[in-house]
Amino acid sequence: MSFISNYIYYIGAFGLIFIGLYIVLVKRNLIKVIIGLSILDTGINLFLISIGYIRRGTAPIFSKINIEIARMVDPVPQALVLTAIVIGVAVLALALSLAIRLYQHYGTLNLRKIKDQRW
Amino acid sequence: MRKIVSLILLAIVALGIALCVMNIPFGAPKTKVGNHYINKGREETGAANIVTSVVLNYRGFDTLGEVTVLFIAAVGLSAVLATRKKKVEKEIEPSSMILNTGCRFLFPLILFFGAYIFVHGHLTPGGGFQGGAIIASAFLLTYLGCRGRRVSERRIKVTESLSGLVFIVVGLLGLAVGGQYFLNNFLPKGILLSLFSAGIIPIIYIAIGFKVGSEIAGIIDKLMEES
Amino acid sequence: MIFIVIIFVVMMLAAAIAASIFKDLMSAVIASCLVSLIASILFYFLQAPDVAMAEAAIGAALVTAIFIIAIRRTKRHEE
Repeated sequence: MSFISNYIYYIGAFGLIFIGLYIVLVKRNLIKVIIGLSILDTGINLFLISIGYIRRGTAPIFSKINIEIARMVDPVPQALVLTAIVIGVAVLALALSLAIRLYQHYGTLNLRKIKDQRW
Repeated sequence: MRKIVSLILLAIVALGIALCVMNIPFGAPKTKVGNHYINKGREETGAANIVTSVVLNYRGFDTLGEVTVLFIAAVGLSAVLATRKKKVEKEIEPSSMILNTGCRFLFPLILFFGAYIFVHGHLTPGGGFQGGAIIASAFLLTYLGCRGRRVSERRIKVTESLSGLVFIVVGLLGLAVGGQYFLNNFLPKGILLSLFSAGIIPIIYIAIGFKVGSEIAGIIDKLMEES
Repeated sequence: MIFIVIIFVVMMLAAAIAASIFKDLMSAVIASCLVSLIASILFYFLQAPDVAMAEAAIGAALVTAIFIIAIRRTKRHEE
């Protein structure tokens, strides 16, 4: 029980990463692969933030003038994850535009059928 | 067959990762850089929000790279989806009066809320990216609620380019005035927790808020053109 | 307190598995939107309000809207 209460955030983040990787490896529809990519992205961001957590810490914002700075959570992973979320949305928009173009050309989104077509 | 092989591969990777992650303790204090930013962040930058001062002052060049990646994605999407056919004006049934009036009433309120979030980025949680996303969802509400009403594409492009230019010009001004490096914080720091404080941080966040909002609104407009 | 976190993590993993099983692509997208929302709540529990706001505004609203517009221009059912 103490094992679960210590590592519950890691279990959640790695569960998401594995489910995302499974969808990308196995599924055949292109839009389902892109959904898997989005779930993988969310899992990695959750893992990065859960590394920077300190027990009984508070958020790194000075809402009053003198607040005690002894136990503030690490601010560096939060800045990195803010960048990563916006880049994730940019990559997803570009991938979906490529999927729309593929559908207009081939008429199907099944990766097996697209690979089987010769030039 | 493919499922079984990929499940075995994922099980091996899971075992390897679990053996490594067990050595990372959860909730123990970790890095020295974080301690330096927390202790010295207030007098070196003047911002009350430490994450904002890390994103824009200590690591401002990475934010410039991220803005560039977002710009490349928007340009790439417009280039891939460009067609040469003329746009056929379909007959769109107009939405009912309650929906139309409600959306037009909510649109300036949501814009105001998004602007409040990115103007106070150095005092409260928030900032340019969150405020820009809220502005883009105000435009999404207009597209869904009042059908057939589009934002003019030229205004979106002009706003986006001008905001990007403001970011780079402020950085180059820092290089010219202060001396050593790009994105130098050269304006006065001010009193803590007042609105006009923290040097160039509010100016850059306002520029980023406009840029991200108009970019994502342009992406949604380009995707919704033909459907 | 830990009990609430365990319930949320189990709901998040169940929604992710449901996104992989559904054959209707609209339902899979709604399940991935639920994953983003619960991740935003977990970011708030980990004392990161900036990141929670960004994930709720960008991950749960804009990514779902872009997916639904793209699915409308292609097929709705997975083969």
